[in-house]
Amino acid sequence: MPIEVNGKMLETDEEGYLADLNQWEPEAATVMAAAEDQELTDAHWEVINFLREYYEEYQIAPAVRVLTKAIGKKLGKDKGNSKYLYELFPYGPAKQACKYAGLPKPTGCV
Amino acid sequence: MAEPWEDDEVEGPVFKFLYVNRKAPYGTIYALESLEVVLIAAAFEQDVSLAFVDDGVYQIKKGQDTAGIGMKNFSPTYRALEGYDVEKLYVEKEALEERGLTTDDLIVPVEVVSRAEMADLMDEQDVILSF
Repeated sequence: MPIEVNGKMLETDEEGYLADLNQWEPEAATVMAAAEDQELTDAHWEVINFLREYYEEYQIAPAVRVLTKAIGKKLGKDKGNSKYLYELFPYGPAKQACKYAGLPKPTGCV
Repeated sequence: MAEPWEDDEVEGPVFKFLYVNRKAPYGTIYALESLEVVLIAAAFEQDVSLAFVDDGVYQIKKGQDTAGIGMKNFSPTYRALEGYDVEKLYVEKEALEERGLTTDDLIVPVEVVSRAEMADLMDEQDVILSF
């Protein structure tokens, strides 16, 4: 189902991931989050922006274990743990945050 | 050394997987499929090694530009393997030399082994998947 972002319709797959990650803009994350009754705080944006950078560098969306470890390295131990990330993204940090970031569903996501 | 039952993270048997990459990165789907399966196996915390032989060494060559063939350049993903704790990458010495390459031409750190050593390495594995 396409989502409307700043007056443009963006195509998504059946699970709500953007069909074309180049169409992503921050507003897309806000729209997706609103549809799931989720408000995006600075803490959410920190993870979303991290995922954008990770994809830019490696061309994949990281598995949750890899994301957790990488966040810990970049943003500190208090943020690099499952509890913190699941509190921000209750549907699963890799799945939900990747979706908001416009990335494909992580490979090996279980 | 801790016994397996003392370690909460051990949830099942860990097997030694070797993924053998033999083909050039583009033109067939083998290289990309292999890489995806490697990432999945790593998520299940298996003992994963990769071998690059024959034209497979081109998969990890620096400076790939796929604009002309309209495919995604997935070579940066090999650099993500370290974050997945996949750190055993073996390259066959003869395959590199036959193609005029050295480890300086590769985008990831690897261990160069001879053809004979590669055979020994294959002997040690529980599972070998050839792409």
